Amino acid sequence: MKKTSFYGMVLALIALLAPPAMAEETIPIGVAGPLTGAYAAFGEQLWRGAEQAAKDINAAGGVNGKKIELFKGDDACEPKQARAVASQLTDRHGVKAVIGHFCSSSTIPASDVYAEAGILHITPASTNPMVTERRITTLFRTCGRDNQQGSVGADFVVNKLKAKAIAVIHDKDTYGQGLADSMRAELHRMGKKEVLYEGLTRGEKDFNALVTKLKSVNADAVYFGGLHNEAGPLVRQMKEQGLKATLISGDGIVSEEFVVAAGGPTFAEGVHMTFGRDPRKIKEGQEVVEQLRKTGYEPEGYTLYAYATMQIIAAAITATRSTDGATLAKWLHTNDVPTVMGSKGWDAKGDLKVSDYVMYRWNAKGSYAEVP
Amino acid sequence: MEPSILAQQTVNGLVLGTSYGLIAIGYTMVYGIIGMINFAHGEIYMVSAYLTAIFLAVLASFGITSVPFTLVVVLAATICVTALHGWFLERIAYRPLRNSTRLAPLITAIGLSLVLQNYVRLSQGARSQGIPTLLQGSFAIPIDSHGNLIRITHVQTLIVIVALLSMAVLTFIMHRTSLGRACRATEQDRIMASLLGIDTDRVIAIVFIIGAAMAAIAGVLVSLNYGSFDFHIGFVTGIKAFTAAVLGGIGSLPGAMLGGLILGLAESFFAGFVNSDYKDVFAFSLLVLILIFRPSGLLGQPQITKV
Repeated sequence: MKKTSFYGMVLALIALLAPPAMAEETIPIGVAGPLTGAYAAFGEQLWRGAEQAAKDINAAGGVNGKKIELFKGDDACEPKQARAVASQLTDRHGVKAVIGHFCSSSTIPASDVYAEAGILHITPASTNPMVTERRITTLFRTCGRDNQQGSVGADFVVNKLKAKAIAVIHDKDTYGQGLADSMRAELHRMGKKEVLYEGLTRGEKDFNALVTKLKSVNADAVYFGGLHNEAGPLVRQMKEQGLKATLISGDGIVSEEFVVAAGGPTFAEGVHMTFGRDPRKIKEGQEVVEQLRKTGYEPEGYTLYAYATMQIIAAAITATRSTDGATLAKWLHTNDVPTVMGSKGWDAKGDLKVSDYVMYRWNAKGSYAEVP
Repeated sequence: MEPSILAQQTVNGLVLGTSYGLIAIGYTMVYGIIGMINFAHGEIYMVSAYLTAIFLAVLASFGITSVPFTLVVVLAATICVTALHGWFLERIAYRPLRNSTRLAPLITAIGLSLVLQNYVRLSQGARSQGIPTLLQGSFAIPIDSHGNLIRITHVQTLIVIVALLSMAVLTFIMHRTSLGRACRATEQDRIMASLLGIDTDRVIAIVFIIGAAMAAIAGVLVSLNYGSFDFHIGFVTGIKAFTAAVLGGIGSLPGAMLGGLILGLAESFFAGFVNSDYKDVFAFSLLVLILIFRPSGLLGQPQITKV
């Protein structure tokens, strides 16, 4: 008795280790991002979007008659783990395309692995310019670039707020500092100079010393390149010390968690951020938005970006009848694809031809609306 | 340098420093009594932040709105449950290994810190958690005739007052009660103390409980101050508090608070007047410098090797 159950376990183990037996009938696609860790809210957005898209595509008959099978990859926004996850997705699961990586600092090392494996890699969320500046032909993105985002931010601060003393703060990470740097470059191009340019430490909660410093230079606009975990306490401490400056940030704070991290809507109110035109308001996506809301999930932030990315991959595979990365990439470089976020097309680098960043403002109800 | 800015940075540093100091007490007491670093102490602090949120929610569900009452109950309940965690930690990770090699409990403590972190992550979720603002508002103190003022929020004031109070209580316990005498005796010579009828296992357990209770006080107040926390906060804060304990002289109670204050002020001043990019570099350079000239920390007793 004991012996058979032991052999049973061994067999079960072997079955677990063996490559998926259904490999012939499905198209394996990887979804990678921070599914755990401090930035797990964003990973959930990517996964929910991709999962819903795969469900919808499979319900409509799949891709060339084959079903899409999704594989999760958790990088926790750590560059080293991102590389390991990328190898796991390509070697063990044999994915034919990857949706993902959220943090630019994860997308960049992982993209080398995907490029080596020759598969299509589309990030729905990494906005650092370096992502597409390294001549990887099989790499695309469905979001904008930080320099586009930075220039919208700089234009807002200078022309709309008419700020006199602009401070630029970042979190010393690839994304955060990259965003802050592109905003600063745009400021300089406009003939303005910031009064303060400094970094804070990710994972900390006390930025009171920095806030006092902002007060001492009389900053009336603070541009922050970073994520909501640090932006929340920063804006709270600014208000507690009575600093009347507007905080402007990028798409790193597009999550209801920003309000939580700030300690409530009273603190988050008045913070501005750049983000693509709200994908939930684009008419092509209404049906999907309804569907996701029915499951009890609000498709905020990058959810629909991930959905659109899945559609793009499916469209390319359907059109070329191939899963070869180079073939798919060649097709995407020359064809526009209709998605839940409208029609998307790419330039030679893999960046979107048209970026659609606009300015949003967090309100007293803890949600955000476009600034008219 | 304006005096109002200098004063505000001092306040920032003092508040940050007292919270480091409160957590540092846990490190320093455990080291003092068994000569080992408790690497799970940062996670104990993290657990207490979650407990604060849970007890606040429980009280709110009963419709209790009185702020002082809520504060006292939450503080008391969090201290109790966190102290239980401290006792449990000693029971699982330290007591079974009391007479094994010095490194073994170090590893079990690290293991337990991973367990605590991931247990909280799995049971409470990876997202940041928020705490309702209990005490709003701040004191504005004018500094000069130009209308420059410094601001201290009510919560920050509370942090400093409660920290000083608990330091006073702790000092009283250690120096004036029989429990404190037993602790000091065990610290000096565990074998001799047990020969004289002191239950040293019980004393060690109590030291863990006291350390956890101090971390709980910090956890309640600090999470009220920042309004949010996640399962990660134990790591960075734990390292900072450990640094504070070493800086002040590990094993020394006033040293832990002094080390916390120095570290908090150093970070604040460097970030405020030089550059916040390098404030940690500065804080740790200071630690290295102090250890070169005073190897056992500012208030630490030099180790005497018995021949």
